[in-house]
Amino acid sequence: MTSCGPVPAAGTQGSARSIPDVVIIGLEIHCQLATASKLFCGCSTDYREDEPNTHVCPVCLGLPGSMPRLNKRAVEFALRVAKALDCEVLEESEFSRKNYFYPDLNKAYQITQYDKPLASGGTLTTEGDEGEKEVRITRIHLEEDPGRLVHVGGSDRPRYSLVDYNRAGIPLIEIVTEPDLRSPKEARRFLNKLRATLEYLGVFDSEKEGSLRVDANISLLGSERVEIKNISSYKGVEKALTFEITRQKGLLRRGQTVGRETRHFVEARGVTTSSRSKEQEHDYRYFPEPDLRPVRVRSWVDGIVLPELPDARRARFMAQYGCSPGHARTLTGDLRLAEFYEKVAGADPIIAATWTADTLLGELNYRDMGIGAVLPVHFIELLAMLRDKTITDKSGIEVLREMLDAVKEKRPQEAPATIVERLNLRVVRAGSSGTGEKEIPDDQNPLITAIRDVIAEQPKAVEDYRSGKKEAFNFLVGQVMRKTRGRVDPAELQRALAAALPEGEV
Amino acid sequence: MPARRIRFDEEDRFGAFLWKRDEAPTGEGRLSGIPVAVKDNISTRGIPTTCGSRILEGYIPPYDAFVVDRLIAEGAAVVGKTNMDEFGMGTTTENSAYGPTRNPHDEGRVPGGSSGGSAAAIASGMVRMALGTDTGGSIRCPAAFCGIVGLKPTYGRVSRYGLVAYANSLEQIGPMGRTVADVSLLMEAISGYDARDSTAADRAYLHTPQQEIRGLRVGVPEEFFGSGVDPAVAALVWKAIERLEECGAEIITCTMPSMAYALAAYYVTCMSEASSNLARFDGVRYGPPCDVRSSWHDAFQERRKDGFGPEVRRRILLGTFALSSGYYGRYYAKAQAARANVRADFARLFADVDVLAGPTMPTIAFRFSEKSDPLSMYLSDILTVPANLAGVPAISVPCGTVRGMPVGLQITGRHFEDERVVDTAYVYEQVAA
Amino acid sequence: MIGEKDVEHIAVLADIGISKEELEKFTTQINPILEYFEILDQVCRTGPENEGTANIFREDKVTPSLAQGEVLSNARETEDGFFRAPRVM
Ligand SMILES: [Zn+2]
Repeated sequence: MTSCGPVPAAGTQGSARSIPDVVIIGLEIHCQLATASKLFCGCSTDYREDEPNTHVCPVCLGLPGSMPRLNKRAVEFALRVAKALDCEVLEESEFSRKNYFYPDLNKAYQITQYDKPLASGGTLTTEGDEGEKEVRITRIHLEEDPGRLVHVGGSDRPRYSLVDYNRAGIPLIEIVTEPDLRSPKEARRFLNKLRATLEYLGVFDSEKEGSLRVDANISLLGSERVEIKNISSYKGVEKALTFEITRQKGLLRRGQTVGRETRHFVEARGVTTSSRSKEQEHDYRYFPEPDLRPVRVRSWVDGIVLPELPDARRARFMAQYGCSPGHARTLTGDLRLAEFYEKVAGADPIIAATWTADTLLGELNYRDMGIGAVLPVHFIELLAMLRDKTITDKSGIEVLREMLDAVKEKRPQEAPATIVERLNLRVVRAGSSGTGEKEIPDDQNPLITAIRDVIAEQPKAVEDYRSGKKEAFNFLVGQVMRKTRGRVDPAELQRALAAALPEGEV
Repeated sequence: MPARRIRFDEEDRFGAFLWKRDEAPTGEGRLSGIPVAVKDNISTRGIPTTCGSRILEGYIPPYDAFVVDRLIAEGAAVVGKTNMDEFGMGTTTENSAYGPTRNPHDEGRVPGGSSGGSAAAIASGMVRMALGTDTGGSIRCPAAFCGIVGLKPTYGRVSRYGLVAYANSLEQIGPMGRTVADVSLLMEAISGYDARDSTAADRAYLHTPQQEIRGLRVGVPEEFFGSGVDPAVAALVWKAIERLEECGAEIITCTMPSMAYALAAYYVTCMSEASSNLARFDGVRYGPPCDVRSSWHDAFQERRKDGFGPEVRRRILLGTFALSSGYYGRYYAKAQAARANVRADFARLFADVDVLAGPTMPTIAFRFSEKSDPLSMYLSDILTVPANLAGVPAISVPCGTVRGMPVGLQITGRHFEDERVVDTAYVYEQVAA
Repeated sequence: MIGEKDVEHIAVLADIGISKEELEKFTTQINPILEYFEILDQVCRTGPENEGTANIFREDKVTPSLAQGEVLSNARETEDGFFRAPRVM
């Protein structure tokens, strides 16, 4: 599915043994469209939690005599994508049959689009290895998802398969790029951008398991092209491509050549394996689907009003909230995250941006959780406590972890303030900070008590400080921190400690 | 209201049925109390639907075809499923996996095909009317051979939903009956819009045959009387056309050059579509099971080797070849170009004439095994396939006998002028009686 | 002219399983038919593209599916709501 895009000059090709550095990657991305019903019948697309073969009818089971009926919304969704990617919608497009045998293919053909796709020729701007770059889109078309196979008896030596057709007929949009990507990282960034775009368009839900599948074409400059099929995660794409580059370079280094072939990505092992040669003999015998009429929807495109897309929202986040370019990119890179941020940006958008893009996202990723795990009201409460220094940054992280762990472990969710009280994380003050809070007697103030204890316990360090060793002060700060378990504001701690220590010779 | 039932204990002397019942429910409507037979490639809920093939032995559809819904809604008593060439692939009904049907006029001869069971059931008096399907003449051929009336409607006028596809772009379900009036009545019942068939038109047929054709311009292409046509058949059909003239029609001879390649275009198209349509019978979801302990390739090959008869296998092979890489342009694409020319030929002729007339079949019904070579069998469809390629309506009405065997007069009309071909046939039927 | 090798290749594409005797017979029968189809070589399209209807859609509405029992009722090999099929590897 690739035509020849511009390829950098072969400057790296030297002697026969030198390994080219230029990597050429093109992607074919299949995404499930978020329609309510299937592409050609009225069965519900909401099948993931249900028993096998409970979302099927004569049409999506491929029963003899059944006929497909095209879902209008699937076409509208695909048109939105076409418009967002600046594609040209064909005056007339049609569906074709792709004929091949496989037990998950109920009719022994897939209804797809072949020589008259819905749209062709677009672009998507993405963050490349050397700044922003435009990746060209070859074409966009609609097709139906096949069913799902379960191999019984282990994946190494299966005895037979089990087939569930609930997935059969789910609408897929296939987006094919030109071979414009130059590294696995670029490929992954492109995918993330595409995912974000599709989600902003409201046509795709990336959180649904198996909703995205990618085939990647990769070649080293001057070598044959290898197709990697069956990649079903965003990280998988980068992994598969990285593995493949290493493998191909290894072959070249040993003086062997890279053969044109189709390989499969084995997610569990992070490797690609050669598919049997049978695969290559495929002759799909495409011909127009006689049971469907052509689609003439070019004129609909003008009527489509696109929502704000990731690039526009990124610019707005910088202008409206003063986000840094990096934060703006991160926050707008995912629709739910962007919407979450707008809910919590409130009084202090900068703190909100840092805490959302850096802290929260890191903690979520660590736990493999989505942004949906955090209630915006809770996060707003947390930000407020951070802003008025009710808790320290360190305690803030502790509260956040506590919140996320509760969700992860399916415990009841507590408000951040409750967690703060329960863990006794409220900032401890020396009493003279002028915050207007009720002063507490020194002997009941945990900070003063801790400082007194540390001074008593560490006479040597106190002596060192007095004799002018600066490191000794830092050591004492650390000791007080430990005793107060990080609940004190570092600046206040330093002030109070300095005041409590005997005058030094500094 | 308690369901009324009618007895249906007719003896099936000619092997017309694959499945029948002694008693069938009937309701209120235009077909109330009338026993109607249904060709076995039309899905019937709870009733076996085999398409005359081993590969669908035991298959019981969980749904009714649109036309069956309509029959029931009109009160018809669906009494059984009729024999056919396997998946409709044949001109004799000899290609049924369950044995041939015999022609009620001469048991040594075929009833025609592929809707031979439906035609024989009517001709033998078992039922008044039946549903057939016509991909390249499968209603009109057996109608002609058995001396009954059969209409292939305009493509899109009757929903195909529930018809087991053989060649989707060519085939239509249509009415067969003893008289033109019966055929017209059954057509009224089964036409009407069905959203489940995206190729169906919202053009219901509501018509009572009219006995008036004065001024009708009847074209007679010389190719309809080409060298393959039995001279006795040709003479009889010409006489029938003269009867139309006596009734006030104007006869105009004309030519249809695309007839030279229409048959080739037809066979390439139907074989290509069939090779894809018939690939789903793998024994996983329905039909005799495939061997799940074997590898999928071996299991499917084995299933399809056992399940399909030789003619079906031959057409699947030819269709696969016509679509395969390197040959698509020469066969499938060329056939579509030829098809466009056939359509254009009809359009040109119909700008000048209202209907076309000629023989339905070049000969009378064959003796069993008379046509053993596939190509010579294919050639006998030459007069019926053009209507399928163009999607226009065509009817076959009996016009006498040759050597004791019935001959059919074929009337072809413009798109969605099924009413006019019915009227023309009706006038002929009335004057001939 | 196509030979037995070609017919064998087509039989593999069609997944139809073909015996030695059949291969011989089919090759003999298929050639005259293909020869007859050669008349298509002369065809130049003069007729227009079929100007039929376009844009036949259904609304994105969920309609009831079949019951699982009904779905599986025609299959002889089932297990826990799944169809059983031959292994694919
Ligand atoms: Zn369905």
